[in-house]
Amino acid sequence: MLASAAIAAPAFGRTISGIPWVPGLADRPAVPDPARTFFTAAERACVRAISARLIPSDDTGPGADEADVVTFIDRQLAGFFGRGERWYMKGPFSKGTDEQGYQSESPPAGLYRKALAALDAHCRGSHDGKAFDELDAGVQDDILAAMEDGELEFEGVAAPAFFALVLENTIEGFFSDPIYGGNRDMAGWRLVGFPGARYDYRDYLDHDGKRLDIPPVGLAGRSEWKTP
Amino acid sequence: MRKSAPLLIAGSALLGSAQAGQANDFSQLERGRYLTQAGNCQGCHTPPGEEPFAGSRALETPFGLIYTPNITFDTETGLGRWTKDDFWRAMHEGKAKDGSQLYPAFPYPHFTKMPREDVDAIYDYLATLDPVRKKKPENELPFPLSWRTTVKGWNMTFFEPGVFRPDPAKSQEWNRGAYLVEGPGHCSGCHTEKNLLGADKKSRHLAGGKLENWAAPDIRGGRHGGLEAWSKAAIVEFLQTGRNAHSAAFSIMSEVISYSTQHMTETDLAAIATYLKDLDGEERAAPATPDDAVMKAGAAIYFDNCSACHVSDGSGVPRFFPPLAGSGNVNNPDATTVIRVILEGARAVPTKRHPSPLTMPAFGWKLDDDGIAAVATYVRSSWGNSGGAVEADEVRDLRSLLAGGPP
Amino acid sequence: MARKLPPVDVVLVGFGWTGAIMAQELTEAGLEVLALERGGWRDTPTHFPPTLAPDELRFYWRHEMFQDTARETLTFRNNASQTALPMRRWGSFLPGSGVGGSGVHWNGQTFRFLPSDFIAASHNADRYGPLPDGMTVQDYGVTYDELEPHFDRFEKLCGIGGKAGNLRGALQAGGNPFEGRRSDEYPNPPMEMTFAQKQFGAAAAELGLKPFPAPSANMSRPYTNPLGVQLAPCTYCGFCEKYGCGNYSKAIPQTTILPVLMGKPNFTLKTHNEVLEIRRDSSGRRATGVTHVDVHGEVFEQPAGIVILCAYPLQNARLMMLSGIGRTYDPRSGEGLVGKNYCYQVVSSVDVFYEDRYTNQFVGAGALGMVIDEYNGDNFDHAGLGFIGGGYLACWTTNARPIETHRTPEGTPEWGAGWKKAVKENFLKSTSVSTHGASMAYAQNHLDLDPIYTDVYGRPLLRMTYDFTPNDRAMTAYLTDRAREIAARMGGREIKVNAREGAYDSMPYQTTHNTGGTIMGSTPQNSVVNRYLQSWDVPNLFVMGAGVFPQNAGYNPTGTVAALTYWAAEAIRSRYLRDPGPMVQA
Repeated sequence: MLASAAIAAPAFGRTISGIPWVPGLADRPAVPDPARTFFTAAERACVRAISARLIPSDDTGPGADEADVVTFIDRQLAGFFGRGERWYMKGPFSKGTDEQGYQSESPPAGLYRKALAALDAHCRGSHDGKAFDELDAGVQDDILAAMEDGELEFEGVAAPAFFALVLENTIEGFFSDPIYGGNRDMAGWRLVGFPGARYDYRDYLDHDGKRLDIPPVGLAGRSEWKTP
Repeated sequence: MRKSAPLLIAGSALLGSAQAGQANDFSQLERGRYLTQAGNCQGCHTPPGEEPFAGSRALETPFGLIYTPNITFDTETGLGRWTKDDFWRAMHEGKAKDGSQLYPAFPYPHFTKMPREDVDAIYDYLATLDPVRKKKPENELPFPLSWRTTVKGWNMTFFEPGVFRPDPAKSQEWNRGAYLVEGPGHCSGCHTEKNLLGADKKSRHLAGGKLENWAAPDIRGGRHGGLEAWSKAAIVEFLQTGRNAHSAAFSIMSEVISYSTQHMTETDLAAIATYLKDLDGEERAAPATPDDAVMKAGAAIYFDNCSACHVSDGSGVPRFFPPLAGSGNVNNPDATTVIRVILEGARAVPTKRHPSPLTMPAFGWKLDDDGIAAVATYVRSSWGNSGGAVEADEVRDLRSLLAGGPP
Repeated sequence: MARKLPPVDVVLVGFGWTGAIMAQELTEAGLEVLALERGGWRDTPTHFPPTLAPDELRFYWRHEMFQDTARETLTFRNNASQTALPMRRWGSFLPGSGVGGSGVHWNGQTFRFLPSDFIAASHNADRYGPLPDGMTVQDYGVTYDELEPHFDRFEKLCGIGGKAGNLRGALQAGGNPFEGRRSDEYPNPPMEMTFAQKQFGAAAAELGLKPFPAPSANMSRPYTNPLGVQLAPCTYCGFCEKYGCGNYSKAIPQTTILPVLMGKPNFTLKTHNEVLEIRRDSSGRRATGVTHVDVHGEVFEQPAGIVILCAYPLQNARLMMLSGIGRTYDPRSGEGLVGKNYCYQVVSSVDVFYEDRYTNQFVGAGALGMVIDEYNGDNFDHAGLGFIGGGYLACWTTNARPIETHRTPEGTPEWGAGWKKAVKENFLKSTSVSTHGASMAYAQNHLDLDPIYTDVYGRPLLRMTYDFTPNDRAMTAYLTDRAREIAARMGGREIKVNAREGAYDSMPYQTTHNTGGTIMGSTPQNSVVNRYLQSWDVPNLFVMGAGVFPQNAGYNPTGTVAALTYWAAEAIRSRYLRDPGPMVQA
């Protein structure tokens, strides 16, 4: 027999009754701390150059550079994403098939660190001691394409896995809410015409294939919210 | 379905008793329970989530914190040793068992309107509740209010004991409504502005009041009153279900509906409506036109944040998301409630008819003081509303107050 | 040492759609019900209000709404010759966690399976001859007609907007002419269709097809359900699937059942409590309760008269394996049943790009779509086609969340100036015809426990062995062709075919429609649970969810999952409680 006191004691975790609500409370977004960064100056310059080739600045409009994608990536890598905190990171590790997805033993930040070092060594070794960001755009594109296709082999780190990750993060940084450090001035959203963090389009249901001009807004607002 | 038949009889019988003390076929206990609900005794005498009627809820008054007493019949900490006469004296004269004065936070200036039969019925009902041993904390009132004798002077000025006297010129229904509103319902407690000493301003009867950092709206239903646009049926629906085509109840009114009015008979609610619809207001001067730039910012914030529920033209989704156009809370000259609802959100009261606690989310973390002032100004000045401008300072002060800081 | 808690009548493992329905039904029957949910409490005004819900990075790409893979994931391989590796992050599907489960972040596309889907084995064998070798398709053991009242109940609970196609046997213009007989119209009218749906509808009609508005759990108008719970009108914000709805306009447990259920004295919800094992008595034939662990690592024994598994299908199967109930399926011997008939779905699409028309796809909703059903189930003659089953074709406008959705025409590079230009030009001017294909069970596709990888408690992960089958490939090729025919007529400048080819890839998002593993059927020899979702081996154990589907149909599963839950609840209330024991004699 168990003591009745033990039986009566409540279980941990929460026992919930009714519909709980606390005035003022919101599960607000975790806006990254600008002081917490991951990249060294050289790494930052390299990733900035990579993102600027993936989404270049040209006559179609601003690119990753204007959108400050590198700052987005830097802050992501300094946070839970970089550390792989919400990914299964237990071993053993093996390469796996393409269909098995990310199998690096390094979380994203570690993969960046290793791959950027390898890329830097490659660039300096085969381009007169120049870093990636010092190379001509055409040369940069060739290197990126070689990484993407696996033609370029880095020691101890899979170039295609790194390329896929940096492309994914660049697109994220171009199109995610500006609170995360990229998509500066909503440059990515403006480029494509996405109105952003909106919650009501009932007034536009009968658009009938015509263009709608709705200004983009971020979770932190837009300049029109400010009273002069 | 609702047990309307016996309560209907009770409704008229009670009116009778208020006049002549007739006998009725309604059990004394049922009647006591009904009146205890009608007076929302549970609301003030129960801190959220604690034992009903055992007291210790802190009432924030302009003069300090008052803790409500335990009104279960525990002999040490409750009413266990109180006689019917003691209870009658408290309800009718505002005096405790030992003869000391009770603070008028206890609405005896309203309960005095209740006849002896009704007060006895409440006593009998409370005596059936499980006694709870719970001692209330000391009140936190500064000198000289901590002297209960001070209240004596207050009483001499503001209080006149006496049961409700029906107006023979009015209908029986009107009189029943007046009794419920002015007596057990004590609607003035929240909805009438108080003077510096905390007594009702007679000239502002039910024209809106303020307590615990909420501004309660004007509930006069006649010409120029806050509920002018509400039909009697709309008032009944609101008190019964917590929402109607014009509004939804939240905050303190949630408790009133939850503990009290949703349990009242339709006849009694109709009587309340009849009485309120007969109270005229007065014409208000139009407020100054708000600054154009503020209105523009407010419109942008509204469009981006508020239209998903309240709709771009302020019409809301009646009974789901309250319309802002024509809203008593939005048009209240005192903007406290509007600001507060934007800062911390608000939850529509779940009732038997509408169990959904539809809730407006908090915006305090997302909008700054200027932004909240701008959007509050916008909703108070659009779609025919005339609440007037809100200043960022008002938002800042309330934000600070709600966070436990200085105003 | 587990601390023993006071017994309850019923313990529910998991608290999403099936848990909420079961809790509501069984508390109504007067039982004391406890739900154990491993995730946390979540509700509209605090966790996904409009102030913070439209955040693509946070909720989709950083997986805030989903099960935490750091604690537990599954391992995956395409076939038995490979070593399964952990899905280190989610990709192809997104199991939920927390109150409301995946039911919080679904789109709201609420179909009923076809009458023939429930008798897929016998119906197809009768019409086309014996099923191919290795195909392990079987009948559900319950019929559409038996489930009809329960479909109807769920649709009314959720306020589904749609148009009936078959009302008590009479075909209705504008609805799906292939659907089973309905006892009633949908409780709400269809959603408002936008430009893309109109183009699709016109193109389909030109081809002689019968387009109909998708049944939607996004409210087409304010709705109060039979429990008195209110759902507000959808605002077409386009943050539905993978997100919680901020303004009460998507039917989820929180907006349909919980306001009534949570106040009941005979219901208790404990969050942050994960069930580790189903406990049994010494006979092994009776469940005595569950063992669960809270976030502090303290372990509890919860006695219960009835145990009902209401977690995600993959989780239900794993919990049975970890508890040693039934025998885990082994494809080499063909023996064992738990983990058998794992199925998925096969989706593809054909994009349409307009020159000067704007689809404005940000004006969207999770279940805003026009659908045709001519190529689903056995609605068409499969003779000579080399496959059975099918799927619906639809033009959805669910979102324009740009990290996820930026269609580009054929030949566009993956990055660089060409990619950017194509994204810019086509973002607002494209749409898609998607195919939603069934998945037929085969002997080699299955679930079991992984021999290497473990969860945060050191228990084996579930291992998934899955690849598309010859039936799947022939079917998706056929459906994709049909989609191409319609897409080509939608008035666009060009189209792009996104066929589903090659091996099943666990990374790109496809659907969260994982089925099988705890399948239902007519005998203990062919199924884990009987037609009332009652375990053959342990009659006071019930298993809910899409894990009981013997194979998957060409529709989103939630409507059928919910109907089966109501069906099982009714059986428990009307029969099991009176006479506890097996409701079907083996």
